Amino acid sequence: MQANLQVRRYDPELSEQGSHLQEYHLEVPDHFTVLDTLMKVREEDDPSLALRCSCRASICGSCAMTVNGRASLVCKTRLSEVSPNGETVLVEPMNNQRVVKDLVIDLQFFWGKVRAVEPYLKPRGEEPEGEYIASNESMLNLLTPMGCIMCGACVSACTVLEVDKNFLGPAALAKAYRFVADPRDGETQQRLEALNDESGAWDCTRCYMCVDVCPKGVAPMERIMDIRELIMEAGMTNTPGARHVESFARTVAHSGRLDEPMLAIDTWGRTNVVKLMGNAMLGFRTLRRGKLPLRSGPFHQKQPGADAVGRIFKRLSK
Amino acid sequence: MKYAFYPGCVSRGGTPELYDSTIAVANKLGIELEEIVGAACTGAGVLQEKGLKLGDTLNARTFAMAERMGLTTIMTICSTCQGVMSQANKRLLADSDYLAEINEELKPEGLEYTGRIVIKHFAWVLVEEIGLDTLKTFVTNPLEDMKIAPFYGCYILRPSDALGADENPGRNEYLERIIEALSGEAVNFPGRLQCCGFPIMLINEKNSMEMVGRHTHNAKAAGADAMVTPCPLCHLNLDGQQPKAQAQRGEKIGMPILHLPQLVGMAMGLTQKELGLGRHIVSTKNLLSKASVRA
Repeated sequence: MQANLQVRRYDPELSEQGSHLQEYHLEVPDHFTVLDTLMKVREEDDPSLALRCSCRASICGSCAMTVNGRASLVCKTRLSEVSPNGETVLVEPMNNQRVVKDLVIDLQFFWGKVRAVEPYLKPRGEEPEGEYIASNESMLNLLTPMGCIMCGACVSACTVLEVDKNFLGPAALAKAYRFVADPRDGETQQRLEALNDESGAWDCTRCYMCVDVCPKGVAPMERIMDIRELIMEAGMTNTPGARHVESFARTVAHSGRLDEPMLAIDTWGRTNVVKLMGNAMLGFRTLRRGKLPLRSGPFHQKQPGADAVGRIFKRLSK
Repeated sequence: MKYAFYPGCVSRGGTPELYDSTIAVANKLGIELEEIVGAACTGAGVLQEKGLKLGDTLNARTFAMAERMGLTTIMTICSTCQGVMSQANKRLLADSDYLAEINEELKPEGLEYTGRIVIKHFAWVLVEEIGLDTLKTFVTNPLEDMKIAPFYGCYILRPSDALGADENPGRNEYLERIIEALSGEAVNFPGRLQCCGFPIMLINEKNSMEMVGRHTHNAKAAGADAMVTPCPLCHLNLDGQQPKAQAQRGEKIGMPILHLPQLVGMAMGLTQKELGLGRHIVSTKNLLSKASVRA
């Protein structure tokens, strides 16, 4: 098949010129992956093209790049999938991380985040004679996060990291869950406290980008939700994030539907005068346009069937 | 065409113009909507943090209520409701034991979900059921020379396996096709498939406002006269919080944000009043005069 690639090139020695797109057109077998194609370019046409790869079997996690804007392992992406009719395929380095050269990014940022969550077992008590034992059942929910191959696709796709480089990010948070939920770990409380802090589990927007791009089904965002659940179960409920969940649940359990103004007030904190005053203008603007739901708080009306909804909450709410 | 209508909390709360414009447009298009009275909030992904089963039970209850109305398709007008319901339905249909367990919870109300419900956003109904060729026949005020930037909202796109990306490829381009069917020009800009920042608006306002600022700025830089969204939560942030995002960025943007039914209604000759276009935080005045929408 005909391969038509557009590759983003960047040479640090010519950094003042910025990056540019370069086209490559070549004939390749139908079964070729995007990585096979890039390697053929490098071997036969342009040895200056820089890319990182190793196992070529989606095990090592080295070859994550963006293909048509989507973070992907290029060894797992067949050319025929992304270019069924010979369409031009745009290959660029991953986002949210510094580009070293062409398609190679600096991994410092990724590893820095992972290191920050102390990704190793910290057992308490006396060291056992043999290994630290855990039951099969207690480890089952760790299989998904343990499947992470550290490719960084989720970090590339994360919409929060795009605006805030301090956020721990999906890969590190999924790794954090792996240790928080490990029954052999002795510092669960400290770990949860750290994850409950700024730039931790509550800063995720739940946009599902990381879930969609993860080549290993780790679903980092869902692991972040697992952390939030553990944080609340541990009684750490005095943060905007936890108050947001609690207020949401309280109003839906009461009325069957959301009470938007109360959700805002509860999340900021009912006595948080600074926040309340700071948002007075927004309240005024929405009131003037007839958009401020005035039936709020004690006046929030129960919709039909609200009592049945309340019963479901009583039975199933954690 | 008759649908069980699930308007969602926000169209009955902070964005009443979405509810009104949906009804007005549906009437014109001959879409019959029967509201599922008493259906609970989907949980918006937030309640799911308090336990997946709680959220799935609330949604199964809604599906069972729609079945009891004798209908098989639920129409939503919110990307978030769509996504949360689609995910719940996928889990319920994948595991009959789980469904039976959840049906036990619904018994006190005499409800049972048998698994026959399909959930479709208004945007999907337009493209997949009404058809763009039919939609074109309703256009009396073509949006010529109007450049519209589509903004989808996460939950109508992802997770893609629950949102029918394989069965219905192209759902991530429906807004562009609708805009073109209305004779407008769809503007491509970075951010069209990104997050608006609404879920963290109350938790990390700075990051949320940065997202609003970037998306509205980028749409403007791409030449858009307005952005259109199928999600009222995106609307609350992109429209309602735009003044704050502008202040944080130190830049005047003034990008009008339209709900999808408002855009469709504009092209169908509905009035500003019928579509609630005076109820936005960012003024739609210039846009409406350019698009010749009657007062």
